[in-house]
Amino acid sequence: MNARSAAATHSNTPVVSMRHVGKVFPGVIANDDITLDIRPGRVHCLLGENGAGKSTLISILAGMQQPDTGWIEIDGQKVNISSPRSAMDYGIGVVYQHSTLISTMTVLENLMLGVTGGAFLNRESARSRLTEISAMLGVEIDPDAEAADLALGQQQQVEIAKAMWKGSRVLILDEPTSMLAPQAIADLDASVERLTKDGIAVIFITHKLREAYSMGDEVSVLRRGRLVASIDAETLEGLSEEKFTNAVLAAMFGDDISAIGDRNDVELLSGAKVATKVRTKSSRSDEKLVLHLEDVTTPSTPTEFGVSNVSLKLRAGEVVGVAGIDGHGQSALAEVVAGQVRATSGSVFLDGDDVTKLGVRARQELGLRYVTDDRLHEGIVADLSVALNLLLKQIGKLPYWKRGQISKPDVDAEATRLVEAFEIRTPSIHARAGALSGGNIQKLLLARELSHQPTVVVFNKPTYGLDLKTVNRVRKIVKDFAEQGGAVLLISTDLDELVELSDRVAIISRGRLVGEVENNSPDTARQVGEFMVGSAHSEGNHV
Amino acid sequence: MIDILTTTFIATFIAGVIASAIPLVLGSLGETLGEQSGVLNLGIEGMMLFGAYFGFVTTLETNSYFLGLLAGIAAGFVMSILMVMLNIWLGLNQIVIGLALTMIGGGITSVLYFSTYGQTTPRLGQPDVFPIPVLSDLPVVGSSIFQQPLAFWIALVLAFVVSVVLRNTNFGLRVRAAGQNPNSLDAAGGNVVRTRTYVALLGGAFAGFGGAYLALMSAGTFTPFMTSGIGYIAIVVTMLSRGRILWVIASSFVYGISVSVGTVLQLTSFDLPTDVIKMLPFVAVMITLIVFARSSYVPPALGVPYTRGAR
Repeated sequence: MNARSAAATHSNTPVVSMRHVGKVFPGVIANDDITLDIRPGRVHCLLGENGAGKSTLISILAGMQQPDTGWIEIDGQKVNISSPRSAMDYGIGVVYQHSTLISTMTVLENLMLGVTGGAFLNRESARSRLTEISAMLGVEIDPDAEAADLALGQQQQVEIAKAMWKGSRVLILDEPTSMLAPQAIADLDASVERLTKDGIAVIFITHKLREAYSMGDEVSVLRRGRLVASIDAETLEGLSEEKFTNAVLAAMFGDDISAIGDRNDVELLSGAKVATKVRTKSSRSDEKLVLHLEDVTTPSTPTEFGVSNVSLKLRAGEVVGVAGIDGHGQSALAEVVAGQVRATSGSVFLDGDDVTKLGVRARQELGLRYVTDDRLHEGIVADLSVALNLLLKQIGKLPYWKRGQISKPDVDAEATRLVEAFEIRTPSIHARAGALSGGNIQKLLLARELSHQPTVVVFNKPTYGLDLKTVNRVRKIVKDFAEQGGAVLLISTDLDELVELSDRVAIISRGRLVGEVENNSPDTARQVGEFMVGSAHSEGNHV
Repeated sequence: MIDILTTTFIATFIAGVIASAIPLVLGSLGETLGEQSGVLNLGIEGMMLFGAYFGFVTTLETNSYFLGLLAGIAAGFVMSILMVMLNIWLGLNQIVIGLALTMIGGGITSVLYFSTYGQTTPRLGQPDVFPIPVLSDLPVVGSSIFQQPLAFWIALVLAFVVSVVLRNTNFGLRVRAAGQNPNSLDAAGGNVVRTRTYVALLGGAFAGFGGAYLALMSAGTFTPFMTSGIGYIAIVVTMLSRGRILWVIASSFVYGISVSVGTVLQLTSFDLPTDVIKMLPFVAVMITLIVFARSSYVPPALGVPYTRGAR
């Protein structure tokens, strides 16, 4: 699966070298004295958890940021990568973590965006260039498909084609596998292998250890902006997977490793092991039906799918995962359950009662909660205090509001209790909520939504972008809530997370639920992946 | 009561439609270019007034319609430089700046007009027509459509050019990308700020041309606030057309027709107050919006200043 054997045939001289690169953002040292060599024909894996500085390093190489200290050498020459254009001119192509394809344009138009010279669009030459690159990657890409119609794996192939468009010598892949189905990861792996055979250097950023081990020829580990470990090709070849895992985990987390969780948690979180769910009960069909969607449809927008004819049953104590490509109706599903969006047809039942016409607040009273994925904008009021944010949904209610007036002692007491219970790290309960870190904002949201007796909670990408310690904590909260009889609708783009937490995984594509997999075998991820790939291929109609 | 079915009458009606529609077509073309790239130009009303006033003064002083149109274009262009600096380079709020430019445009041109021509209220003559051979001899359409000033044909050619630029050139692709997802354009090596600057300046020139056309060709004079909302209607036309130039032209002509129908109603013996008649084009716009607003779609990055790496 890896390109280690091919590496020997290419020269060992680095194509790109980073020398003492440092970058400081207000309050954060993103990169600190990083020195790295990238060699042709090899896959260089960059490991580290969220916030370790991987993305900053990449954006420096891509010309999106300028280093504060240090420099970059290409072929031994010191260079100044002042813009994405100049990065391209130096032969550095980047596939970003978030798609940079324009969904309303065709594949060909997206690819031609980087073309310079000539006033008129030259579709024919772009087509033949695409054929060339497709052959190089070993994939087939339909040039006339609209970008929005492609499955995630296909979109990524287009992104790679785009990065290779001008004959790049270095290809940077920023967390390319985080949302891919296992089948698509295999395709990506094959493409990467072909590229390294052609002598192209690949920088592969990931936070999953098993991928770094299987795909990488060289591995570097970042922690808090510093390069804490480098494993060169010869050493890596001699390491067993277990030794590799031990070495990398020690470097990635240092002394914090015990703070994150037990050894098993750490291995799961760092993607060293594949998650499987330990099921406590074989069947939950005898439990009470708490949430029931019947043939629900919501409107679509040109940029985001609504849901169409979705039916779903959720029982007490059950976690139902929803897998799918971002933007395929997940938000609409969450919002139609929460009451933020009205169903144009179909019904939503809560504990057997039709709540289709009820608003957000009325549904909350009935025990339904929604933890949004847009934490900073939808989740909190950034300019209000932590205390007020924690009690945002109790406004006007006793005992926090008495005769229309806020009762400060009661609010502060409850806020202090929640801050302690959920270990929210804040200078004070009166601090601005917007000033908290992403992980603490998420804990604030969980504290707010999980207090006052919820029965059903919708989690939308609950661990996205968080550090592993918080990820572990959030997953525990979800598990505990279900253990205690709560019903969970878990929307996520992280397949590992879905497999770890869910009893069943439903697959959403183009706003429809296209399949459902019982999570009762190690094969779940693959089955879910099949639905994700298959459904995107078979349905051609647009929104 | 006049006979509304005479050929002369129909010819006058068509000419009236064209006279009201072309300034709107030009304004909407400029607005379309800007909006496709993510720049919302709410100052277009002010730019059109600038174009109208300076075009009028220049033609009055030099007796040249050509120089007048050029001056109008230049005036709109100069005003859009201000917009480019504040909105695109400094990333200030496009709505605030746009409204300010509209107020400045209306205020400055009124003050200048009252202090120079307020007493004399001069009028321009008829611009030279540019008859199309053979076609201009046709009955009805000959005298209305094919005996228009050269500026009319230039406007139509420009509409075609804008359409080709947006659909078939590298520049047009970059413009659309800047409006859809500026990050993508930046990552692909394009320059968001430069792309937006070009189209915003072009947009100002188009607005100035539209204003000058209104003063020189359609009205034959300048009166303060003579655009009476055409700039805003151009914004509506742009949002409904979603970058499709044929729609820009079609909806501008719907507006032109509603203006001309108003004129007809004034001439007939229906006893309608002029205020009601003057409302007609706006009522037409409102009805159109109510019917079509659901399908109006603006580029996702419209009105959002771009800063590299900002999240």
